[in-house]
Amino acid sequence: MKVRIFVTLKDGVLDPQGKAIHHALESLDFSGVNDVRAGKLIELDVDPSVTRDEIDRMCDKLLANTVIENFEIELPAAALETAS
Amino acid sequence: MQSAVIVFPGSNCDRDMAVALETVSGQKPHMVWHGDSELPEGLDIITLPGGFSYGDYLRSGAMASRSSIIKPIIEAARRGVKILGICNGFQILTETGLLPGALMRNSNINFVCKDAELEVANNNTIFTSRYAKNAHISIPVAHHDGNFFADSDTLDRLEDEDRVVFRYRSDINGSSRHIAGIINEAGNVLGMMPHPERAIDKKHGGTDGLALFESLVL
Repeated sequence: MKVRIFVTLKDGVLDPQGKAIHHALESLDFSGVNDVRAGKLIELDVDPSVTRDEIDRMCDKLLANTVIENFEIELPAAALETAS
Repeated sequence: MQSAVIVFPGSNCDRDMAVALETVSGQKPHMVWHGDSELPEGLDIITLPGGFSYGDYLRSGAMASRSSIIKPIIEAARRGVKILGICNGFQILTETGLLPGALMRNSNINFVCKDAELEVANNNTIFTSRYAKNAHISIPVAHHDGNFFADSDTLDRLEDEDRVVFRYRSDINGSSRHIAGIINEAGNVLGMMPHPERAIDKKHGGTDGLALFESLVL
């Protein structure tokens, strides 16, 4: 089962990389971009027996630093149906 | 003084740290591999050196802080053993939770490598007692992720409890409140981005880092 984890900086945490990307877009004459935030996408291929709770703990313990980052877990549609 | 330098894959200041420790104590430190699960007996100080452990994968210090040697280090910290983390070592200490906050990408996204002017904000610690109060010192920095971040409550608490030990005298990396080094609540764990071990010999271009290591052997 493929699980996608999006790690993003919390609101209010300065994102220098996002800022630099924003400037680069402007220097390429793309206008109308109000803000850029850069994050990470981590894909896990896990056994179906792995629970949502375990993935949560993986994020908490290693994949995200919750001092500065938020994470969002995206499960495949089939897994979501079984869960609900 | 029994000391140890923890060596991670990608550490590159481990030997400088060892030289600094031996210079002040006359005793060779134990070089301890990150994959070990036990520390040598009777250590007075454990140091986490600078470098790029695990190639800074995921986040600086993230992988190293989950090494098997970290568990005995956390236990040693609780027993009051002195822990000194410099640069990548500071990043590892925040990732383990022994120190609060996080070290983020420098605000101007450039790697900063130069002598930094610092103020010794607290000389009443076991790491800084040989410095004069509010001393101005010059210590090399070399980092990409040295931008100290913590929420404002944590920053207020660090300041109220006198736990900011070093401050940059000008903004070099975007660190909140110019913080360059902090200490834990118990006063036995210090993390700092600047490299005092690179300023202990006249041939280094300066000796302002020596007092930190001398403080350790008092």
